[in-house]
Amino acid sequence: MSTWREALQRIGSFLHGKQRDTELDAEIASNLEFAVEENIKGGMAADEARRRALVKFGGVAQAKEQHREARGLPWLEVLLQDLRFTFRTLGRDRGFTVIAVIILGLGIGANITVFSVVNTILLRPLPFHNPQELVRILSKDDRGGESSMTYSTDATEAFQRRNQSFQEVSGYFAFSTPENVKLMGNGQPRPVTGLSVAGNFFHTLGVEPMLGRLFAPEECVPHGRPVVLLNHSFWKRQFGGNPNIVGQAINLDGTPSTVIGVLPDTFDFGSVFSPGAKVDLYQPVIFEDIRDEGNTMALIGRLKPGVGRAEAQAEADLIFPTLLSNLKHPEYGGDYTARLLSLKDFVSGKLRRSLIVLWCAVGLILLIVCVNLSNLLLARGAARSKEFAMRTALGAGRGRLLRQLLTESLMLSGLGALLGLIFAFAITTYLAHQGSIALPLLSSVRIDLAALAWTVLIAVAAAVIFGLAPGLRLSSGNLQEALKDSGHGTSLGRRHEAMRSVLIIVEIAMACVLLVGAGLLLRSFLRILDVDLGFQPSRAASISVDYDDGRDPAKRSVIWQEVVRRVEEIPGVETAGITDGLPMSRNRSWGIQAKGVEYRRGELEGTFVYVVSPGYLNAIGMHLVKGRDIRWDDNKKEAVVIINETVARRLWPGQDPIDRIALVGGSDARVIGVVADVHESSVEGEPGWQMYISATAPQYGPEGAQLVVRTKLPPAMLAADVMNTLRQINPGQPATEFRPVQRLVDHVVSPRRFFVLLVGIFAGLGLVLASLGIYGVISYSVTQQTKEIGIRMALGASQGRVQIAVIARTLWLALIGIACGTLASFGIGSLIASLLYGTPATDRATFACMILLLGAVALLAGYIPARRASRINPMIALRNN
Amino acid sequence: MAEAKLDLLQGTLDLMVLQTLVAMGEMHGYGIARRIEQVSGDEILLNQGTIYASLVRLQQRGWIAAEWGTSDNNRKAKYYSITRGGRKQLVADAAYWRRLSRVISRVLTAPAERELQ
Repeated sequence: MSTWREALQRIGSFLHGKQRDTELDAEIASNLEFAVEENIKGGMAADEARRRALVKFGGVAQAKEQHREARGLPWLEVLLQDLRFTFRTLGRDRGFTVIAVIILGLGIGANITVFSVVNTILLRPLPFHNPQELVRILSKDDRGGESSMTYSTDATEAFQRRNQSFQEVSGYFAFSTPENVKLMGNGQPRPVTGLSVAGNFFHTLGVEPMLGRLFAPEECVPHGRPVVLLNHSFWKRQFGGNPNIVGQAINLDGTPSTVIGVLPDTFDFGSVFSPGAKVDLYQPVIFEDIRDEGNTMALIGRLKPGVGRAEAQAEADLIFPTLLSNLKHPEYGGDYTARLLSLKDFVSGKLRRSLIVLWCAVGLILLIVCVNLSNLLLARGAARSKEFAMRTALGAGRGRLLRQLLTESLMLSGLGALLGLIFAFAITTYLAHQGSIALPLLSSVRIDLAALAWTVLIAVAAAVIFGLAPGLRLSSGNLQEALKDSGHGTSLGRRHEAMRSVLIIVEIAMACVLLVGAGLLLRSFLRILDVDLGFQPSRAASISVDYDDGRDPAKRSVIWQEVVRRVEEIPGVETAGITDGLPMSRNRSWGIQAKGVEYRRGELEGTFVYVVSPGYLNAIGMHLVKGRDIRWDDNKKEAVVIINETVARRLWPGQDPIDRIALVGGSDARVIGVVADVHESSVEGEPGWQMYISATAPQYGPEGAQLVVRTKLPPAMLAADVMNTLRQINPGQPATEFRPVQRLVDHVVSPRRFFVLLVGIFAGLGLVLASLGIYGVISYSVTQQTKEIGIRMALGASQGRVQIAVIARTLWLALIGIACGTLASFGIGSLIASLLYGTPATDRATFACMILLLGAVALLAGYIPARRASRINPMIALRNN
Repeated sequence: MAEAKLDLLQGTLDLMVLQTLVAMGEMHGYGIARRIEQVSGDEILLNQGTIYASLVRLQQRGWIAAEWGTSDNNRKAKYYSITRGGRKQLVADAAYWRRLSRVISRVLTAPAERELQ
């Protein structure tokens, strides 16, 4: 009770300090008068009476101070005092303040940014209801791309029925291509990206529509009413966020489809399941329609509460091997396996290590920043040691001085954090709105409460780290030492100098670790860019072509021929061809085997299949090793297939595969050519089995058509001509994008590019900070030693000797730092080994380059003050002091 | 040489102020200080100035109340009086001090071990 009351009273007194002071003054004055009167009554003279009264009273100032402490909030008053004082000191030393705040802003800003990214991708739960229950169901064998990661509708339904572990099992059609749907209506048809999902897909994820409703069961059966759900951003973009669109019909590929709802903006299919992909609308997948298309469904599931992933996995291991791919054709078998991966791991598992490395790198940057500031503060502190000696002499306690110095540090780091927040806000906003980096969830990166809390944490930690050492150093200063040290122009006290040297060494060592790490990652990235992809993305561009063949292979052949012929007539086009799948994008796989050979289980692999036109291999820049390309008149008597070297080596080891008969997807095809392996899904991975079959073959249907054009001109210059030609052939051709094939490769390597760029920037920042640190320390010590150097030169030391002495000191510090840093880098190497490609973690060239770079920068940073030292004029130096 | 005056222990001044107000009724700051000096037989080192910190502390805790009034010789002064809470506090504090001083004197008068043997 009384403590509360006292607290309130204290706050009141704090707020009304002036008033209380006046009242106290009046009280003291009146009480002194009482004393004076009493003394006069006792027979003293008036003057003497007043003097005695004052003596008896003691110090008026002390009494007031005690009064203030007893009634108010002394710590707050001290804090305000410190803040006022800090403002004055920092304001006076504007250059120092600006540099310190900028350095801190960079360090803290980088940390907030990386934290936001890490938090979004790694730490924050997925934006679904009870996300820990969600799993992705994948095959245990990941060779063969999407097709081997997917399941047939029969298998899906059987598993849905038979499992006991899941509340719900759902999935989506895994083979959609971008811009696969034409939105018709006013004017030109617009290409949009549609995704077919199982009817219960959104319910399984726990996503509620923002407007309208989800799919109803009667809309997921053949000849059901065509309906569509809109993605939030598409709804905003295409329909101006009009809520009345729900219930209306829009024309998709000529079919009126009713918009039944709009999904919330928190749901972004691409960012979770397929980073970098944009989906505009969702349609229900009709299982009956794709029953005979093999493995098409990518599966997810929601575990029942209390069922662990291990339990569910054990059950899946029992059920999946027994599932059939097609109930009408039990002879096809199934050969399914399942690996249950938590959805979170599916989304971010592969990125964990990269992100942690990034986090460490940015943490190192902050440490370097702290060390740098420590050094700056020490230098400044040396200049202020007289001030502090004076304050100590006047009775300021050590704690009080330390407190004031920490207030200064906190103020600096607080300002730095504000600046950092501005940087981080700009960068995260950019990251969230760019679409070219294939990192999951990146679109939801933002500065949230967690990031703000993190900011406060690192700002305080930084202040303590960089403020404590100089603070302790200064506040402990005994008077004698302070007075001795602050005599201008001679070497610093030993302890002072040793501390700064150690800080520099630490700084160089950390910069060294950063540089070596960044160097290794950069070298890996260059190696990746150097990989022979098996095709030449430069100078090639592709566009999605719309055509209507009425499912007639003969008609399709005519249309494709016409397209290729007309496009090749465009000036600037070297060659053109059509495929239904480009490398580094959607893929599917079938089986291939040599006819008449029995294979053991597991000997064959899912084979990536591409249905192509003659000329495609040339247009994409693939290398035909043996045999010939497909011709338009192939397939007249028999189907033909071109295989890659891997297939040739595995199916016909040591033999010539040309003219052999292969079983392709169950029917015979003659091998007419062998092409060099293509990196079909990633740059880093080994190429898989691949085959190319003719689009004119009646038994194999393509899935869409991508026209690939090889040209010497920039693709943008050709875009209009190509589109005109396509429109002449088919007026219904939507305005799909004519995009460079290189963009596909860029997209695949974008996460690595992103990490390398960031780590590179951090390393660069580290280098700059370290060199600033070296420069600061050496330059300062030269200034401090002006008189000493002057004396030496007066006694006959040459300019060269002085210069060498200063440079030698720099190099000595740099060498120790680099030695420590190199040792630490070997340790770091094993941490990032799994992120490297074609580069050992102890790559000598990288180590050597980075060490030389750091050494050179250190030398430069030391050379400038050394030059200044050698220019010291002994006469002036000695006279000035 | 005369004995040095006693330093005030933490909290003792507050106790003396409360006791003074109980004994004397309403008083101003100077009066309280003088009274303590007299009662203690001038054995306590008391800067009169220190009394104000004690007064404001007691006031903020609600143990004493203050009011501006006029003295006998028509001088304006701030007068303090003890509250009900203050009386209670005084009882508790006084008991505590009695106990403490009893214990301390017992400790100080305890015979040394050597003397016991």
